This record gives sequence, C-alpha cells and structure tokens, in this order.
Amino acid sequence: MIEFHLDGRSGVSPYQQLVQQVRRALRLGLLSEGDQLPTVKDVVGQLAINPNTVSKAYRELELEGLVAARPGVGTFVTRTLTDNTLAAHGPLRADLERWLAKARRAGLDEDSIEALFDSTFRSALREETA
Amino acid sequence: MSTVLRSAGLGKKYRRNWALSDCTLEVPAGRVVGLVGPNGAGKSTLLNLAVGMLTPSAGEIEVLGVNPAGPDARRAHVGYVGQDTPTYAGLTVADHLRLGARLNPGWDDALARDRVARLGLDPTRKAGRLSGGQRAQLALTLAVAKRPELMVLDEPVASLDPLARREFLGDLMETVAEQQVSVVLSSHLVSDVDRACDFLIVLVDSQVQLAGDIGDLLDTHHRLTGPRRDEATLPSDQVVITASHTDRQSTYVVRTDRPVLDPSWEVGRLDLEDLVLAYMSRARPGRPETTRPTLEALR
Amino acid sequence: MTWLTWRQFRVSALAVLLALAAFAVVLAVTGPQLADLYRDAPDDFFSRLGLDGPKQAVFSIGTALVYAVPAVLGVFWGAPLVARELEAGTHRLVWTQSVTRTRWLGTKLLLIGLAAVAAGLLAIALTWWCGPIDDAIRGGHGDNASLLGVPRLSPVLFGARGTLPIGLALLALAIGVTASLVLKRSIVAMAATLVAVVGIQIALPVLVQPHLLDPQVTKATFSVDTLDGLMAGGPPGSAGSTIHEIRVDLDEPGAWELSQTTVDPTGKTVDEFPAWTSDCGGGPPPEPGSASGPGGMEKCLDRLNAEGYRQEMTFLPASDFWTLQLLETGIVLAAAVGLTGFCFWRIRRDF
Repeated sequence: MIEFHLDGRSGVSPYQQLVQQVRRALRLGLLSEGDQLPTVKDVVGQLAINPNTVSKAYRELELEGLVAARPGVGTFVTRTLTDNTLAAHGPLRADLERWLAKARRAGLDEDSIEALFDSTFRSALREETA
Repeated sequence: MSTVLRSAGLGKKYRRNWALSDCTLEVPAGRVVGLVGPNGAGKSTLLNLAVGMLTPSAGEIEVLGVNPAGPDARRAHVGYVGQDTPTYAGLTVADHLRLGARLNPGWDDALARDRVARLGLDPTRKAGRLSGGQRAQLALTLAVAKRPELMVLDEPVASLDPLARREFLGDLMETVAEQQVSVVLSSHLVSDVDRACDFLIVLVDSQVQLAGDIGDLLDTHHRLTGPRRDEATLPSDQVVITASHTDRQSTYVVRTDRPVLDPSWEVGRLDLEDLVLAYMSRARPGRPETTRPTLEALR
Repeated sequence: MTWLTWRQFRVSALAVLLALAAFAVVLAVTGPQLADLYRDAPDDFFSRLGLDGPKQAVFSIGTALVYAVPAVLGVFWGAPLVARELEAGTHRLVWTQSVTRTRWLGTKLLLIGLAAVAAGLLAIALTWWCGPIDDAIRGGHGDNASLLGVPRLSPVLFGARGTLPIGLALLALAIGVTASLVLKRSIVAMAATLVAVVGIQIALPVLVQPHLLDPQVTKATFSVDTLDGLMAGGPPGSAGSTIHEIRVDLDEPGAWELSQTTVDPTGKTVDEFPAWTSDCGGGPPPEPGSASGPGGMEKCLDRLNAEGYRQEMTFLPASDFWTLQLLETGIVLAAAVGLTGFCFWRIRRDF
C-alpha cells in the first residue's frame, strides 16, 4: 500500500499530484498488479482533502487503464508501468551513490547538492525538448 | 434534495448595522462549501441564520427546503458545530453522547462510540478537561452521529493548532467520503478551503462577492498581463475584477466563459487564494491596490 | 430531554431538597411532641413553650427557611437556567439538536417546577407542625409577647404558611428564568432575581394582602381591661392634655387587625377628643383627691362609653386564613404563568 503526500506549493493541482504519484509508484515497482490503492476514505482522512479530488484522480487512472474500481471493495491496479528500464535501475543507483559521495567529499551540503542536481536536470530537460 | 441552502435577498440587521445584506445564494447538495471572508464580514451571521439561531431582518432563507427558524425546521437533518465548538464543561464525553442519543431521533450510537474510541477520547473525561482539538472532535462527533444531510461548521478550526486542525479536517473529509452529506464550512484560512472545498462563497463587508463551483471559478478567471491598456478596450465578455497599471504594463483579473485569444496578453491561471483576494480587493474600492486586505494565510 | 434536565440540575436540586428534607424530618419528629404539649395543658401551653428552647428554634428556623425558599430557588434554579447556557455558548449546541427550543424550555420548567413545589411543601409541613400553636392562639390562650404568639394570619407569618410559599417559589422561578432570558448573564440575573423576589415578599403583605377580602368591623366599648394604650398631649390637668389616641385590644383570637379608630356616636372618626378628657391621661401619679388617677381612668372610659364613643376595629378573622391563602396564591401563580408565557415567547426569538 502506498501513501500519498501533497506539495501545496508545487503549482500542480492536487488531483494531478495523486495521479503522478500512482504512476511513479507503478514505475518504481512499488505497486504491482492486483495491489489495492488506498481507499478514498483513508486518503482524505490523512490529507484532509476533498473526496472528489481523490475520486477524480482514480477515475483518470481508470481511464488510462491502470486501475479498476471494484464497487464496495476498492480500487485495484490492473497494469503496471514497469518496463525494461527496471533492470537499469540498479547500476544507475550505484552510479548516483558514487556521485553523491564525491559531492560530499567536495564539501557540498544537502541544499547545494539538490540545487546542482535540479539545475542540471532541468537544463538537460530543456535541451531534450528544444 | 438538489439544493441544500437557498436564500433570496437575505439580510440581518443589528441595531443600525447590517451584518449581512442582499445575500442571494443557491448551494447545491453533495458539496463541501467553503465560506470565506475577513472577520466581521457576516459569515457567522449567515450560518446562524442557516441553523435558525437568528431570524432574517430582510429576505428569506431555506435550508433543506424549509425555513430553519420555523416550526418545521429539519433540525434533525442538520448537524451544526458553532464557533469555538461549545461543549458542556461539566459533562463527560459519554454524557455528551447520551445527550446526542436522547435529543436526536436519528442518532447512530455505534458510529458515535466508534468515533470516540478511534479518536482516543476517554469517555469518562469531562469535556472541560479536553484539549481544544479534542473538544472540536467531540462537537464534530455530535454533529456527525445524528446522520445529517447537511453539516454547518462555523470556523471550527480557528483556535486549533496546525496538527489538531489537520486532524479535524481529515476527519471531516472522511465523514464526507463515507456518508452522503453536504458541508458548509466557514473559515478565514484560504488554505484549508483550498484543500477541502469544492464550492466557494466569498463574503466581504456583509455581502456575497462571489459564489460558485471552485473548478468552474478557477477555469473562468484569468490573470492577464500585457502592455498598458485601458479597461474599456477589453472585449465585453471579459468582466474585470481587478486592474492594476504601471506606466507601461497592465494586469487584469478577468472573468470570462470564452477563451482569451488576444496574443498580446500573457494569460495566467489564478490559485484559490489569488481569486479570493481579487474579489476582496474589488469589494473595497478606494483602497490602494497595493494594500493587503485583512485575510490571513495562516493564523 | 428529561435525562439532560436532570443531569444538569441534579446537584442544585439535591442540595436544596436534601436540606429541606432534613428539616422536614425534624418537623416530623418534634411535631407530635408539640401536639402532646398542647393537649396535656392547653392553658399552660405558652409558658411551657417559652421554656422549650429547641421547639422555639424549630419554629424560628422553619419560618426563616420557608421565607428563604423562594429567593433561593429563583436565584439558584431559575436565574442560571438560560443565562449559563448563553454565557458558555452551549445554547448553540443544545438548541441545534433535534428538539425545539420550546420543548427544551418546557421540559426544564416542568421538572424544575415540580422540584419547586416539592420544596414548597415544607411550608405545608410547617403549617401542620404549628397546628397546636395556632389552635392555642385561636383558643384565646395566646401570648402576644413573643413571635410564637403571633397569629398566622398576620403579615409577619402569613407568607411562611399554607400554600403561599409554594406559589411564591414558582413565581420566583419564573422571575429567575425571565431575568435569565432578558439579562443573559448569570450573576446579573441572580442579583436581579433576588431583589425582585425579596421585593415581592415585602410588598405582598403590605400592599396586596390587606385589600383582598372585605374585613369585618366591630365596635367595642372601652374598659380598663381591654385598654392597650392611651396617648395624651401632656400631663393631666395641663393645657392641651386631651387624648390624642386610644388603642384597645381586639378580642378576636387569631385575627389580623387591620386598623382601629375611635368613633363618635354618629360613627364619624374622632379628630379631637372632648375637652374633659384632659383629666384622663395616664401621667405622673395624681394628687390625692383629684379627678384623675387610676380610678379616674376608669371613670373616664365609662364616661366615653356613656357618651356613645366606641372603638371601631376592622380585622380579618382567623377563619379567613385559608381563603386569603388561596386568593394570594392564585394571584402569585397568575403572575408566574404570565411570566412563563413571556419566556416561551422570548425563547423563540434571536439569540
């Protein structure tokens, strides 16, 4: 079972954030076929958001064919998004850990590491889409 | 019932001041309605009129189809939590539940006791000994366990710390998810309304400035930024809410059903707080646009 | 609603009712003793009672308690009823449950009213307990020197006997609740209720009680035995020493004397006594052989009788006790009902 969190300042609407978090969980293998998503009641109880927001997110995921609602029971994953990139995750994670160690040895603190990663990631993205 | 609350020209006068005037609303069922506005705007007055604690000085109001102050008011179907969530300091938690059971025909005792257990409230504790958050939870339990069609909450979290506030709202949202209940919730914290509500009413200086479905409102309001332009040059379908100008630039908040196609504008989406602030500054003409209205983001 | 009323009321109720019940037990125990005391020696009753400290204490404390009951109920049961809810804001909680405000108020008034009647029953118990004393007074064995000898019909004791205290208790309750609704703050309402109830308890015997029934009138002759007092303008024989006023004992045991005045043979009130009365006055001992003196007093009174002067006295006889009780209780209850009606009207308006 995954747990949702909301970033109030990300500029992304709450229901979109929920959708994205489910997709990410599917991609990372945290959710597999047959797993149940948290009930609407549990999500709103924890996040204090409107139930319609959660319903809307789950409906969109259902339209994408990722989940299916079973009335009276819950919402369950029907398809995962893991693909063959999962195999590459291991070595990539190891590379990242080595890079992080290097950054620490160079004296960067957490904020600087995050800023460096963020700016590199974004400029790389921009170059890709440009 | 498709409309939980309907009012036409509703007004309430205290001595010589109108606490609420010309209030016309139609609130659909099945929503969580956020009633926002600065302190003293008339939110409590409107809610008190809605539960029959006050009678109108002008106009009329109907809740669940009947006059809430009249003889056939559907009190059993409306759950109310008043400002500062009053409870009987000398009565225990269990006593309060017994009060609910004896005074409400539709009382669901299992639900009440289950909630109390889940919230960790000691049934033998006197309500005066509970924390603010626990008292609010007790008051909410009383409102929820009578299985109402509508819940009316007057700033229930105003004096709670952030954790208690989050727990209370989470609890409220759970109730909305489980039961088919409409909620009208007043608050001066737009952030809470943003999370929990899907219908908005903005009340400033005793008048309704804006009312509608939040999704619709956010879709139909835009911030237009561009080279300096006079208001009169804008197309007629765009209703200007606020306008501000520098010598070269104009920024408008407009409301329109049609898409904004003029390429000279940079079109931005408003968040809920921006929207509320726009209507609040419109309500107070004569104040410089740069003055911040008295709506707090966080107490 | 019954449960809630009791739950909120129980401490107040028990505090008062248990105290009164304890005293009622004292009455129950000492009552038969008092009856025996009377039955054994009716003529000697008051002198024996004068030596019985405990019974006198029961009498005084009982009377004081019964006088206090209405104010206590009004202040502690009535005044906080609505005001406390308004001050704590709990009216927003309880009036938005499923019961109407009318039902809320009605149940509370009914139950607290019943408790008030129960408290008022102490007056009935006290009246029963005082039975031997009242019988003694009516039998002419009365002793006017102490409070014990005062007839129950008189204003001093009337408000602490019979059914009137029950009516007063209910009226005080109604005053308390009205104050609660109008003033909306507990302490202020309690103070106002206290003032109003005490004011009524003082005003009733002075302003209302004398006018409810037509008094009986009797004309009595003068005699040294019945002479209660005489006031003259100066020592006998001096100028201006005519009688100003004569007071006579009313020979009606247990009656409440309303007024007495000397009337001349035509029935008119005497403003000025005849000049010859200047020799009547009870001043310093007379010169031997002069017309005044103790013997002179008797001659004086005989002459007044002979000339047709009489003392006209208006009074209510002892037998009027229950009639007057019911009348006054009725008036007080009517006021209570009126105020209660106002309360039911007010509770439905804005708060």
